[in-house]
Amino acid sequence: MSGDGRSADVIVIGGGIHGCSTAMHCAMRGLSVILIEKDHAGRHASGVNAGGVRQLARHVAEIPLSNTSMALWHNIAELVDDDCGFTSDGQVLVAEDEADLEGCRARVTDLTLRGFHHEELIDAKELREIVPAVSESCPGGVISRRDGAAIPLRATQAFKRKAESLGVTVREGVRVTKVEQDGPNWRVVTNAGDFLAPRIVNAAGAWADRIASDLGEPVPLSVIAPMLMITAPLPAFIKPVVILRGRKLSFKQFDNGTVLIGGGHLGTPLRDENVTLLDWRKLAISAGTVWDLFPIMRGAPVVRAWAGIEARMPDDLPVFGKSAKHEGVYHQFGFSAHGFQLGPGAGAVMAEIIATGRSNVPIDGLGITRFTTTH
Amino acid sequence: MTSIASIEQLAEAYDLLVVGAGPAGLSAAARAAELGLSVLLADENPAPGGQIYRAVTTTPVKNRAILGDDYWRGAGLVARFERSKAAYAPRCTVWSIGPDETAPGSFELGLSLDGKARIIGARQVILATGAQERPFPIPGWTLPGVMTAGAAQIALKSAGAIPSGRTVIAGCGPLLYLLAGQLAAAGCQIAAVLDTTPSANWSRALAAIPDFLRSPYLAKGLKLMLSTRRKLRFVSGVTSLTATGSGKLGSVQFEQGGRTGTIACDTLLLHQGVIPSVNFSNAAGCAHDFDTEQHAWVPRVDAWFVSTVPGIAIAGDGAGIGGAESAALRGEIAAFGAASRLGKLNEAERDRQAAPVRVELDKKLRGRRFLDLLYKPAPQFLAPPKDETIVCRCEEVTAGQIRDAAKRLGVTGPNQMKAFLRCGMGPCQGRLCGPTVVELIAETRGTSPAETGYYRLRPPIKPVTLAELAALPQTEASVKAVVR
Repeated sequence: MSGDGRSADVIVIGGGIHGCSTAMHCAMRGLSVILIEKDHAGRHASGVNAGGVRQLARHVAEIPLSNTSMALWHNIAELVDDDCGFTSDGQVLVAEDEADLEGCRARVTDLTLRGFHHEELIDAKELREIVPAVSESCPGGVISRRDGAAIPLRATQAFKRKAESLGVTVREGVRVTKVEQDGPNWRVVTNAGDFLAPRIVNAAGAWADRIASDLGEPVPLSVIAPMLMITAPLPAFIKPVVILRGRKLSFKQFDNGTVLIGGGHLGTPLRDENVTLLDWRKLAISAGTVWDLFPIMRGAPVVRAWAGIEARMPDDLPVFGKSAKHEGVYHQFGFSAHGFQLGPGAGAVMAEIIATGRSNVPIDGLGITRFTTTH
Repeated sequence: MTSIASIEQLAEAYDLLVVGAGPAGLSAAARAAELGLSVLLADENPAPGGQIYRAVTTTPVKNRAILGDDYWRGAGLVARFERSKAAYAPRCTVWSIGPDETAPGSFELGLSLDGKARIIGARQVILATGAQERPFPIPGWTLPGVMTAGAAQIALKSAGAIPSGRTVIAGCGPLLYLLAGQLAAAGCQIAAVLDTTPSANWSRALAAIPDFLRSPYLAKGLKLMLSTRRKLRFVSGVTSLTATGSGKLGSVQFEQGGRTGTIACDTLLLHQGVIPSVNFSNAAGCAHDFDTEQHAWVPRVDAWFVSTVPGIAIAGDGAGIGGAESAALRGEIAAFGAASRLGKLNEAERDRQAAPVRVELDKKLRGRRFLDLLYKPAPQFLAPPKDETIVCRCEEVTAGQIRDAAKRLGVTGPNQMKAFLRCGMGPCQGRLCGPTVVELIAETRGTSPAETGYYRLRPPIKPVTLAELAALPQTEASVKAVVR
């Protein structure tokens, strides 16, 4: 298409890690791309999440996408010319009691039957070896050894920069107000004029329902604000990321000693104001869980707490794939607070679908049709 | 006044919560209580007074000449506050603020006292969190033996302590002269005062001199400056400073008019003026503007010092530097406003009672512009030219790293910079690096600090321990809300 910066083969709406990754992968396939972002790349969920790069405990419907992504994470510096702060020390799901451990065993068995082997059951002894600081009452858990963590904003912006270096036009601070059909093209109306392309990707995160609605495909998206907090540096006591099976907790110590505590307790998002309100009583519950499981943490000062603005679908699975209604429309949103790890791979698969019409990576169960009532 | 010694003694909610017991907070709390509001004044320090009147009721420095008449003026403010019906919680940290979703227009605040935390309610809030010293990064400023002038003043006021050995005081601003005078009077061995006030500032400040000549600063300021210059070794027009030493401070090197000098010393006190302490107002979501004359971020407030968040007023130096006496008056005005919003005063009565205070405030602020222009820091002390200078002390990030990220990675603002370099993410929450990081990004990208923006500060406003948080009393409603 023409080089006027107003039209391209593909317009990606949303500059989170998904939008940036899809834009980059489309450019790698020789497509011209305009990426439109209302703030700056990674301003919301992609920039302020816990940074977990996790295959552990995923819904089976997302595992193929997650596997594709994990392969890219392990070569991330080659892909985007920045290591994104990625480290791989595994992620461990801790069972707090025997009933929990029984659930872990059933899960690993189920995955094995389906041909997935990334999750392994560990007993109390191995758990203690990997996570010496965990409370002695925990009987075991599950480990995913290739998992790890990265630095969210840095990773997202690395994808953006790489996309730009491949020729993608990135328009930050441009807000999409309307999407409409214009002959064979889609017209994306913004506060900085109109953009035109035969194909568009809706990767607008917590704002994606408005785009979908414009396209006549309303979805029951809810806007959530998962809260996180981080402590001052403590002596190194844990390498892998730890999550719980029963109570809500995710837990990670960085190389500099600070400990990130997350787990999905929700604050209040105000998406039209770009802000979130924290609920300290719920953060106190996370603090209480850490108090129980990691006695070493009790005196740690919490220096920062925050929440991102994310999209959640009723079934906690993303909306990923072609539109059910329109040629040239693709959806990639609703990652329900676990989309960061999926970003690199989902972008590659989406670009493949856009360029070739199909992908070998199964994405059954993720389509928008599951929310549309007319068949 | 009712003193609060343990967190259980706090009420569930107050009409007004005042944060900070300096002149603005003391006056606001006293006036509001006099007007019939239920008031809690929460302050981190063990005794009232804030920075300027720190320890005015408890200081071991009994010779009144050392700290001077202006300091002892604080005793009157404290006495009036003590006569009021306000509650006073010393050693109490306010670490969060947010809207109370069950009572629209009101607030929920997280407080810690003696190792325990609680969340209480307030219908109105006055932040009287005052000023902080402007960060003054020079090579070697992290060496033991280098501290801020303000820190030395805290030691003097609260413990009667002065630096031992040879002391050099360097930088610019009225406090520099005041502290030099106070320390000299207390017996400190002052090797030199190195003044960095750019000589070009004098011509800019001249435009504001008519007001200054009619201001209370004139006599006081001149007296301070002259006595400092007369009694001490005084070097003006200093354009560069470096602290050196192995393991601890050994000497300070400076440049003046093309020549360099070295002074051996044991203590170096740095000061580059004061700026509003905006961490609380920023975390509370109040809008801030960059004031080019004070060269600092200042919260946007109306005539009653109400911020852009209705119900949160900001009184005193926290809403723009005006000095201690103006802070007390601004506290009064903020209290009239809060009382009126709570229906204790009608608007006509509010305006009538506040009118004489405003007249007084205008007088006190006269001449302020002259000081702002005269003591505006030189660019090289705002954005350190040497790449190896540490800017973020918590995370040990240098000026060179910030310039590099701004240039090579295209980082456009301080919030993105946090993610790349972690500057501003340590326990000080950016208090010691924020202004410098903004300055360096602006300089590298050829923009202004106003365009560059400032950190979005995350709560807790002051660190709270996991134990305090874990022990936060849970209401039944909040437990239910979590189980979804």
